Amino acid sequence: MSVIKVSVVSSNEEIYSGEAKMVYATGSLGELGIAPGHTPLLTGLAPGPVRLETENGEETFFCSGGFIEIQPNEVSFLADTAERADSLDEAEAIKAQELAQKELSDRDADMDFTKAAAQLAEAAARIKTIQKLRKNK
Amino acid sequence: MANTKEVRKQIASIKSTQKITSAMEMVAASKMKRTQDLMMVGRPYSNKIQEVISHIATSNSEHSHPFYEDRAVKKACFIVVSTDKGLCGGLNINLFKSIVAKAAEFKTNGIDSSFALIGLKASAFFQSVGGEVVATADKLGDQPNPEDLIGLTKVVLDLHKNQGVDEVYLCSNRFVNTMTQQPTITQLIPLPAIDDENLINTHWDYIYEPEAAELLDGLLTRYIEALIYQAVVENNACEQAAKMIAMKNASENAGDLIKELELLYNNVRQAAITQELSEIVGGAAAV
Repeated sequence: MSVIKVSVVSSNEEIYSGEAKMVYATGSLGELGIAPGHTPLLTGLAPGPVRLETENGEETFFCSGGFIEIQPNEVSFLADTAERADSLDEAEAIKAQELAQKELSDRDADMDFTKAAAQLAEAAARIKTIQKLRKNK
Repeated sequence: MANTKEVRKQIASIKSTQKITSAMEMVAASKMKRTQDLMMVGRPYSNKIQEVISHIATSNSEHSHPFYEDRAVKKACFIVVSTDKGLCGGLNINLFKSIVAKAAEFKTNGIDSSFALIGLKASAFFQSVGGEVVATADKLGDQPNPEDLIGLTKVVLDLHKNQGVDEVYLCSNRFVNTMTQQPTITQLIPLPAIDDENLINTHWDYIYEPEAAELLDGLLTRYIEALIYQAVVENNACEQAAKMIAMKNASENAGDLIKELELLYNNVRQAAITQELSEIVGGAAAV
């Protein structure tokens, strides 16, 4: 069975390093499925779940933006922040989403619009990750 | 000859200094562990991004980024990583010395230098020495936040973009071990070329999503930020190690000084007693 080397690193942690049969992630232009032998690709990483199919089950991580580099035998996720999906807290994520939505609707506030929109996208992606994880269980 | 009271006072003052230095030694020792951990956790990211960057350098990209361009050098920029606080031996001054030497060497070749400074010690030094300072960042603390460095990085990269500087160097202390810290100057821009023939001779390129220019710009900026951040946390680890050693030496020196002074004190005391006795004996003989 062919496998591809995967490493997920964020600026303050090495989240995962190992092998996988298939990798699913959200690139800046849409969902990506990465199988071993993929052509070299460089793309942005959108906030969202990164799912790995490994020999012994599945692993899910949450990444909030960064870069993906793909080589035929290797995938590297350079995330700004990344965490194991198990440690995500849904209540926290929903709170963050509400806060971002409020700031977005309240355009007069000091907060700048693009920042609020980015925060909203991140919170939404976080919730999506949690829900996906739950469905898989 | 000194009197006993004076010597006693001196001993007391050195003892209190010794207490302070040994307390600082212990504080530095405990902080050292934490700063070293911080240095370690940042390493996988900077190693990985370095790997990706080297892949990019070997790809036959349709787009060549300005960071790879070798321009005629008229101006260089040094990003200097120093500490906020002193009392860490020659850590900062050794680094500054090597930078000043490098800047002088550039000057003879007709290259001007400017500086972007991290840490209060660098600001103080280059204020007194002189030199064009383009940006500063200080009071980053023991757990520096990458975001606090973005401003400084942006100033330098924008300067490079607008032809304000042609080369960028990163100057910081490299952590070898607790006893040794090595001042190093590494070239950031232009990014050093890679001469691994096997990789260069194979023709391949990435698919870029979305545009190559945009992606490379983002990634290379991120890379430079990561390198600077890593240098800052490494320098922090160096600071604590150097401080621990400096304070240890200071405590030991204080101990030696106290021993000497105690000897002097006993001598003075004995001399006073002898004198008093001889006075009494002399007085009794006279009667």
